[in-house]
Amino acid sequence: MTTGTPTEGTPTDGTPVDVTKTPDGTSDGAAAPEAPAATVDPRLLVRQQGFAGYLEDLLRRLRTGELGSIPVIVGLLVIGVVFQLQDSAFLSANNLSNLFVQSAGTGLIAVGIVFVLILGEIDLSVGSVSGMSAAVLAVLNINHGMNEVLAVLLAILTGMAAGAVHGFFFARIGVPAFVVTLAGLLGWNGLMLQILGPSGTINLDDDGVVAHLTNYYFSDKAAAMGLATVCVVAFLGFSLLDQRRRKAADVPSRPLSEILLRTAVLAIPAYAAAAVFNSYKGLPMAVVIFLGVVVLGDFVLRRTSYGRQVFAVGGSSEAAGRAGINVPMVRITVYAIAGTMAAVGGLFFASQINAANQSSGAGSLLMNCIAAAVIGGTSLFGGRGKTWSALLGALVIQSINSGMALLGTGSALRDMITGAVLLAAVVIDSVSRRTQKTAGRA
Amino acid sequence: MSATPVLALRGISKRFGAVQALTDVELEIHPGEVVALVGDNGAGKSTLVKTIAGVGPADEGTVEWDGRPVRIERPHDAQQLGIATVYQDLALCDNLDVVGNLFLGNEIKARTILNEVEMERRARELLSTLSIRIPSVRVPVASLSGGQRQTVAIARSLLGEPRVVILDEPTAALGVEQTAQVLDLVERLRERDLAVLLISHNMADVRAVSDRVAVLRLGRNNGTFTVSETTQEEIVSAITGATDNVVTRRNARTAQNASTKEVQK
Repeated sequence: MTTGTPTEGTPTDGTPVDVTKTPDGTSDGAAAPEAPAATVDPRLLVRQQGFAGYLEDLLRRLRTGELGSIPVIVGLLVIGVVFQLQDSAFLSANNLSNLFVQSAGTGLIAVGIVFVLILGEIDLSVGSVSGMSAAVLAVLNINHGMNEVLAVLLAILTGMAAGAVHGFFFARIGVPAFVVTLAGLLGWNGLMLQILGPSGTINLDDDGVVAHLTNYYFSDKAAAMGLATVCVVAFLGFSLLDQRRRKAADVPSRPLSEILLRTAVLAIPAYAAAAVFNSYKGLPMAVVIFLGVVVLGDFVLRRTSYGRQVFAVGGSSEAAGRAGINVPMVRITVYAIAGTMAAVGGLFFASQINAANQSSGAGSLLMNCIAAAVIGGTSLFGGRGKTWSALLGALVIQSINSGMALLGTGSALRDMITGAVLLAAVVIDSVSRRTQKTAGRA
Repeated sequence: MSATPVLALRGISKRFGAVQALTDVELEIHPGEVVALVGDNGAGKSTLVKTIAGVGPADEGTVEWDGRPVRIERPHDAQQLGIATVYQDLALCDNLDVVGNLFLGNEIKARTILNEVEMERRARELLSTLSIRIPSVRVPVASLSGGQRQTVAIARSLLGEPRVVILDEPTAALGVEQTAQVLDLVERLRERDLAVLLISHNMADVRAVSDRVAVLRLGRNNGTFTVSETTQEEIVSAITGATDNVVTRRNARTAQNASTKEVQK
């Protein structure tokens, strides 16, 4: 489950693998009566074997506009260099660690947005839903003295129900999602104010579960290093297992050199992040939860039949319906996921200020969350996206916020720069889509 | 060709309000046979296909499967029997790869987790037995040509092991070479002993692959021809009703009059 990159993972089902089959393809005779090599169209691009083939394939994909996560990673590096030159505190362990913790709230909500964007729709209500969930938690836990864990669960369920309501009106009644969630934006914000009552602010328990979401650190140095090691080893293990199963089934598999390169590319940031956390307070719990949600979301989207249905509805709801997929049910559940993630993200924001107040979920929160998903590389046009883009995008947004705060430039310049970055991300999405079209890949 | 048709329609009639779309239509398809269903626009081809596919059941008449009468009320019934329909507007998702599309709604999985390796292996096996050439089963369908997309759509219908395949305008909007690819595939379906019902406006395609041509005109049977013994003109005149107008009726009448006079003499 903890495979750690946006690329191929491995299904963990229990299908027996026929390892007695020779991996070199000599057992192919019965399955394929005609030798494929003889019938291949000479114009087709055939990937070479081994590492050279991998490099060539990678370069061709870049040329044809399949940029993937590269623009956002380049963007993160540029942001890091620019702010570091302005203020040497930017890349300090202290600042980076806080930056990661603060990006968790935005990122968690953005994971839900990624699901909605893959469907080719939008959810404008996530800000209000996140504020409402914080209010529900505060009122149940503080005002009514309910057990905090139970209150957290009820707050998350409230978000799920709100999302399901949006999904119902969109999928069953046929109201455009834009309008339904716009109504939600207003309506849930009103409900939050109603719940909070006249006082307007409810402070949370300083030592409660919600407070710990963003202020608890695993101070043992082994925790961060251990998590990084588990991620890297799990990724390598699942990649090798996948390669063996593919060889056994006689379908193309990744060369060993490519697997090792991918593992190294994962290992460098994993251990670097672990070292940064360890030189401050240790591994933050917020980061563990956020990473867990991203990996789980990625697994659901790419490895389960539910995820396949979400992509199919996003690609062509007509075709999905004809293939026997329950299109309204997929739409309702995706909006329920977005509402759930909005509620979870709302608890993280409440944890940061340790209170629920009238401005919870207001301001630029909604735009930041949608921007994070898009900046990270999830297409606004539907049918394409990864939960990892929520992680990368949230880091970009929070890096800009944090850098601007260090420089003391205020919110005017910050909003302008965030807007410009969002525009750049959408332009890259549109242009890469067009390039892919002319290259016949979209 | 076996004596019992795998699918037979007997006296099918269908009304839409004031329109009698189908009147007493008969049709038989045998295993290993390609039957072309032709007719002008509005002749009732689509309506007839819908009755077979279970989308719009007939008002009267019976459908026989292997000689036994069956009821096809819903698309599910048709699929259960072994009737696969490939519609004109391809039911493919552009953003999914070939494997994803082939197994869409029918994924191989353990609990809910997809078994990509097995699906990829089966996809390659299926495509290679049909001699379908596709650069890679892992490319998005959007990057395939129209002919390749059509062959993927047809291959997809074969995963359910059907015995009758209905192809609705499979060569419409395809180029010369792509049309040839699809026609090749139709012939391979026949070799696999499937019964194929081909709906097409293109006489060249119809004559190229089909064994028999069933002509519909104004919702009625207007003749069934064996392709090898029929000229294109005969089929076209059956479609347009050229054999049934003032000129032909007069010609027929004068010829008859002439022959009766001959006899009287």
